[in-house]
Amino acid sequence: MPDFDVVVVGSGPGGATAAHVLAAEGKSVCILEKGRNHLLALAPPFDSLGHLSNDEIKFGRRYFLGPDPLLEPRTYRRSAADGDRTFTGDVNNMPSTVGGAGFHADGKLPRYREVDFRLASEYGPVEGADVADWPVDYDEMEPYYAEAERLIGVAGDHTANPFAAWRSGPYPMPPGADMYLATVTAPASARLGFHPYRAPTGVNSVPYDGRPACNNCGFCSWYGCPIEAKGDPIAPLRHALRTGRCEVRPESMAREILVDGSRTRSTGVRYVDATGTERVATADAVVVACGAFETPRLLLRSGIGNATDLVGRYLMFHMQTIVLGYFPFRLHAHKGRDVTHIMDDPIVGDADSAAAARDAGLPFLRGGIVEHGGPSHPVMEALYLPRGAGHTAAMIDSGTRDKMAAFTMQGEDLPQPTNRVDLDPAVRDVWGLPAGRITYASHQHDIACAEHWGPRLEAVMREAGAHGSAWVTSPGIPGSFSEALHPISRHWMGTTRMGDDPARSVCDPWQRLWDVDNVVVTDSSVFPTSTGYGPTLTLVALAVRAAGALAGAEPLRSQRPDPVSG
Amino acid sequence: MHFLTEHEYAVVTRCADVMLPPHGDFPGGGVAGTAEYVDRTLGAFDFDPPRIWAGGPYSGRFGGDARFSEFLELSRLEELAWRTRIEGSRGIADREWNGPVLGWQEIYRDGIAALGAGFLDGDGVDQEAALAAVPELADLLFEHACEACYGAPEYGGNRDLAAWHAIGYAGDVQPRGWTDDEVSSA
Repeated sequence: MPDFDVVVVGSGPGGATAAHVLAAEGKSVCILEKGRNHLLALAPPFDSLGHLSNDEIKFGRRYFLGPDPLLEPRTYRRSAADGDRTFTGDVNNMPSTVGGAGFHADGKLPRYREVDFRLASEYGPVEGADVADWPVDYDEMEPYYAEAERLIGVAGDHTANPFAAWRSGPYPMPPGADMYLATVTAPASARLGFHPYRAPTGVNSVPYDGRPACNNCGFCSWYGCPIEAKGDPIAPLRHALRTGRCEVRPESMAREILVDGSRTRSTGVRYVDATGTERVATADAVVVACGAFETPRLLLRSGIGNATDLVGRYLMFHMQTIVLGYFPFRLHAHKGRDVTHIMDDPIVGDADSAAAARDAGLPFLRGGIVEHGGPSHPVMEALYLPRGAGHTAAMIDSGTRDKMAAFTMQGEDLPQPTNRVDLDPAVRDVWGLPAGRITYASHQHDIACAEHWGPRLEAVMREAGAHGSAWVTSPGIPGSFSEALHPISRHWMGTTRMGDDPARSVCDPWQRLWDVDNVVVTDSSVFPTSTGYGPTLTLVALAVRAAGALAGAEPLRSQRPDPVSG
Repeated sequence: MHFLTEHEYAVVTRCADVMLPPHGDFPGGGVAGTAEYVDRTLGAFDFDPPRIWAGGPYSGRFGGDARFSEFLELSRLEELAWRTRIEGSRGIADREWNGPVLGWQEIYRDGIAALGAGFLDGDGVDQEAALAAVPELADLLFEHACEACYGAPEYGGNRDLAAWHAIGYAGDVQPRGWTDDEVSSA
């Protein structure tokens, strides 16, 4: 008799959602989480621990949410031509803690559109990349999107985005307060032909699900919410725990997914607990939700899922084009929910971007959502100003914080097999395991997108009243000062891609490993393409779908309006 | 003091003033408490819990119980990481699985010694030049000065909230937060 029906590895949005669905369907669930617990008590009534706070040193400088790069170094290179590695340390790290990557985000949760699920058939192939259609379409995903929005609690205006796909209903909550910065940049965007709209956000605008409304403290991105107004990660975790059928084991590092003699069925997970003792949790099924960095690392260590040599490949980060506007007046981006407005125009494209694609010899240019935001807090501002005379005057004037706006375009980066996570040949983590190594370089498409949209978004900043502007990218484009720097997008996708063909994917359309079908992956590593939207809502929706299938639940059905009867 | 000697404390104070000089209502990185921040950080494990992560959720400055000064416990592995970072690996095998690590204590001690015994007697120009010749110390001290002056005062710096007042920044604002009007208005 196994210890549990399901062991879930990872307590971030994908793992927590899977655990919630499975426990609600009557399954016994054990969540193994590598990181510490700073989020909520793991015994009833599952109250907040009170560890989260508006503290820039704790969250921004002292690795409070982990991973500590001394304990868990990652290595990076742009390509094999760079040798074994060019950097060791924090490489695009996401939080490693109970609640996982849900902590880092300010909770922007847009849906993809219909076309985003069929990039290959709509736009065709691109040389040097393996563009692929998803094995699901928007109509099938729509009820799962709706469920994900209810589970987390998303505030938004469903009429606001002219490019949005159809919806079966409004958002659970109305939008929150507009940040002042956006009241300047959004009208300017509209004057130049863009379509800004209030961003759907997983932050309560009114009391919801027993949690209070947000009070706009401004410590959103990179911080945990001290008052639980942000639904991801706490909402699905607490719901799972309240069933009484789910337990969370923090500081439990999964070393290996165990399989039987046939190597086609998993029997559980071997892990190292907080004391350093090796233990085994047996189960009828295993859900892997460690994120697109740790998931392939775990599968590679376990020697499963990789008959096609695709585990770890097609790593995608989004090509972030960051457009800075320097204003003569204060924007106080430290008040509010970090980003209250976004616009989809670069994903949709127009005649100018189509012409730029042709000029670049590409079939298309697909950018990403543009987030209207700005820098928030002073320690980071201080670190990037020249030391010495003038430093304090610059801090008081705050030209690089309080008077600066920043657009971040989450540009679609194309899936390339050479962009990957593998195991470093020499560097080790504190458990003695090979460190994960990131090999990543931008495709010509990603660079061309940035070079087209960067100047156009600079024009918006000028229209809004900026007296100066600039744009940079992460990763840096060739010839730029940041060319050799590792990416910092904090988005990870693609390393165990799902598909219809077992020869060209790691997971089947229900996110099960093709070769070990009681192992299900419920994080963004299953994404075949990155689109230009943040991944969280889509991975949560997919997790609802995959976990429901694992539990034997009836699939949710689409309610698309009949085009004839309406 | 928990790690720095009196001389080292004075040198750190002076260096902080050189890097983050007095201006307007800001009294300078020295008066703002950089040396206190550095000393408490380098001597973090003199305290129980160690002075690594302040508590929460509130400081008391905008309501709620004042809990920032109740620092949080570290796990076994987190203590390993922070001792290594602060003390250096010191030839201890458990700390050197990827090779030796130079600790912050060593950087400060060796770096301040390299500035020379007469550092405090020099003028600002001499002191800037001396710091430029010890970049490992200068870079780390600058990072710590920025954290000390512009971070939460519970870590030892930002004395009297002078830095926050000087730049017109409220700091941590929970549980009051900002009203919708304060968010949306100029």
